[in-house]
Amino acid sequence: MIKKEMIAMLLAGGQGSRLGVLTAKVAKPAVSFGGKYRIIDFPLSNCINSGIDTVGVLTQYQPLRLNTHIGIGIPWDLDRNIGGVTVLPPYEKSANTEWYTGTANAIYQNIDYMENYNPEYVLILSGDHIYKMDYEVMLDFHKKNGAEVTIAAMPVPMEEAKRFGIVITDENRKIVDFEEKPENPRSNLASMGIYIFNWKTLKEALITKAEQPALDFGKHVIPYCHEKGAPLYAYEFNGYWKDVGTLNSYWEANMELIDIVPEFNLYEEYWKIYTKSNQVSPQYISGESVVERSLIGEGSEIYGRVYNSVIGCGVKIGRGTVVCDSIIMNDTVIGDGCEVNKGIIAENVVVGNRVRLGVGDEAENDTMPHIYNHGIATIGERSIVPDDISVGKNTVIAGVTGREDYPDGALASGKSLIKAGD
Amino acid sequence: MKAIGIILAGGNNHRMKELTQKRAISAMPIAGSYRGIDFALSNMTNSRIQRVAVFTQYNARSLEDHLRSSKWWDFGRKQGGLSVFAPTVTSENSTWYRGTADAIWQNLSYLKNAHEPYVVITSGDCVYKMDYNKVLEYHIEKKADITVVVKDMPEGTNVERFGTVKMNEDCRIEEFEEKPLMAKSNTISCGIYIIRRRQLIELIERSAMEERMDFVRDILIRYKNVKRIVGYKTKEYWSNIASVDDYFRTNMDFLKPEIRNYFFGEYPNIYSKVEDLPPAKYNVGMSVKNSLISSGSIINGTVEDSVVFKEVFIGNNCYIKNSIILNDVYIGDNTHIENCIVEGHDTIRANSYYKGEDGIKVVVENSERYVL
Repeated sequence: MIKKEMIAMLLAGGQGSRLGVLTAKVAKPAVSFGGKYRIIDFPLSNCINSGIDTVGVLTQYQPLRLNTHIGIGIPWDLDRNIGGVTVLPPYEKSANTEWYTGTANAIYQNIDYMENYNPEYVLILSGDHIYKMDYEVMLDFHKKNGAEVTIAAMPVPMEEAKRFGIVITDENRKIVDFEEKPENPRSNLASMGIYIFNWKTLKEALITKAEQPALDFGKHVIPYCHEKGAPLYAYEFNGYWKDVGTLNSYWEANMELIDIVPEFNLYEEYWKIYTKSNQVSPQYISGESVVERSLIGEGSEIYGRVYNSVIGCGVKIGRGTVVCDSIIMNDTVIGDGCEVNKGIIAENVVVGNRVRLGVGDEAENDTMPHIYNHGIATIGERSIVPDDISVGKNTVIAGVTGREDYPDGALASGKSLIKAGD
Repeated sequence: MKAIGIILAGGNNHRMKELTQKRAISAMPIAGSYRGIDFALSNMTNSRIQRVAVFTQYNARSLEDHLRSSKWWDFGRKQGGLSVFAPTVTSENSTWYRGTADAIWQNLSYLKNAHEPYVVITSGDCVYKMDYNKVLEYHIEKKADITVVVKDMPEGTNVERFGTVKMNEDCRIEEFEEKPLMAKSNTISCGIYIIRRRQLIELIERSAMEERMDFVRDILIRYKNVKRIVGYKTKEYWSNIASVDDYFRTNMDFLKPEIRNYFFGEYPNIYSKVEDLPPAKYNVGMSVKNSLISSGSIINGTVEDSVVFKEVFIGNNCYIKNSIILNDVYIGDNTHIENCIVEGHDTIRANSYYKGEDGIKVVVENSERYVL
């Protein structure tokens, strides 16, 4: 009989709506990060590096990119005879067919998958954080304490604690209470959305709470286990961990990779991050170009000047173009004589010649100020921007745009240009 | 495809100087992130050849490491796939491969067990892109016994290190000289052959009986008046990397946009082992001009007109000009390197100075990376 000590369930179905047009066509875990990676590469690499070779990936929102990226798991060595990676979308049943209505509901609908592997422990992960963590160490902690549930938590500054789910523990890290986004937090240990459950405990809780609408780990399953008196522990994590939930935090996390010795170091031999890459060719830096403080991916061709930027694979940057403080994702082409300041340009975008992006005065975005802020100019994937256009700050462009979409050849700061039906 | 493939990758020669002390020529890193054999393997898979054997002999460790998983070239198949044949001792045979024909003879069961009617033979040390199906069509149309891919080299090329051919108006090869003292023609054999499988088995068996070991000398040249050996002229890019100068020039060719576009931009692609390296990193105070930089590298100094391979670290205030830095080299601060090839995995101490004065200098240091 198949027996796996611990299997992982990776929640990758979320939209990540605060990433705006970046997640218009892809789920958040499939968004590019750090030049050549996608966000889901981090938890998947952590799994294989921690010795977990059975991973179920739960997808729901826009799964196409995610499916093609994961494939049969070859880049992560997760193509296994027994186990490996399995993509688990919602499916039709003879009765009670439904979408995944909550994090725990998604896991509940895949009880059969987990049962197949007869696990001792189940690790619940989410596909939208940037970090390196050895789950095996967390499992040792779980076993040592005789816990039924262990929650990974990290200390955050007290003033920020009210943005998180907070756990309150005794001196042995045993959890005594929870607070969800508290006004006056009693602790600064924030839950990272990483849980280890004893399989028996998890299964019992999921079945008992199955009828709960939008069954959620933080809101329902963990409080249920706590009320039942199961021993819950908090595993303190002190490494780099970044939630890239907003455009600004996404931009910052990318920029942090550029530091001379970044806090989150991709160049270590130990604990490699794996990704599917089609491109292996080297990058070309031309005679007239300048590159400083930047990361550049495989097969890119740079003819312009690049400062403080993260450039993906297969990107072309034309002659006389200046790119500053920007993120440019795979296979995007930027024409000649352009200027890009603090831009996030998604994959397969074509920017014409002499386009000025991220210029002009600050102005709040007029439709979605909670998404497009901090002066970032965002362009969604497969967009086209015509020649001789000037685009302001806190702007967003998506879709194939032509000259006629830009009165006076400009998109003023704070304006949105999202072409429907793309 | 109606053919199986053979890639001859056992070779080594003195023209590579120190560079092949570590590896066979076919395993030489090329164009920033490839190995010599990637081109032959990619051509095979892109021509939909499903069964390929690589013959190795000389210093094959690096090559075998590169080929350890065949999935990068799509050869991880139940049907066919990639085999690596190093010489083995059997009850009938206890020698190394004594020549290319002998290598095939020692693995004749590979040919006998196949059912595809044709064999494509190529070498692992050439950089080119080719659809072998086109050559095979030509082979059939010309009713050839053996088809040899040939190329006109530009005036001034040192063709004496290749096999030179002269063809008649029907493209039949009338003269074939291996490494001639004085070449009579500037048309050379590219080392790519197509032949019917049964024909090859017969020729190899007969040669073995007569103790003849070399495919070119003992089959192509010996049989050229008996068998119909025709040339298929290619006008596309083809370059052999088996001498220091040619190796250097071939790498530098990739600084030209049209060459890069031909190999990296145009479909089908050239494949190589994927190594999961992070993007190249450019720190403050560096400058890179007209150069290829590969992933995993960290650049702090100045690089001009050079090819930098994977996982190279270039220290502060270095000056690298017109040079090739192979994989995983660490270059300490204030180092000057000009007209050089720096051997892979090497450590160059800070404040070093290397310059190739007349021609390209091969730098092999073997210093310790971490001084305790």
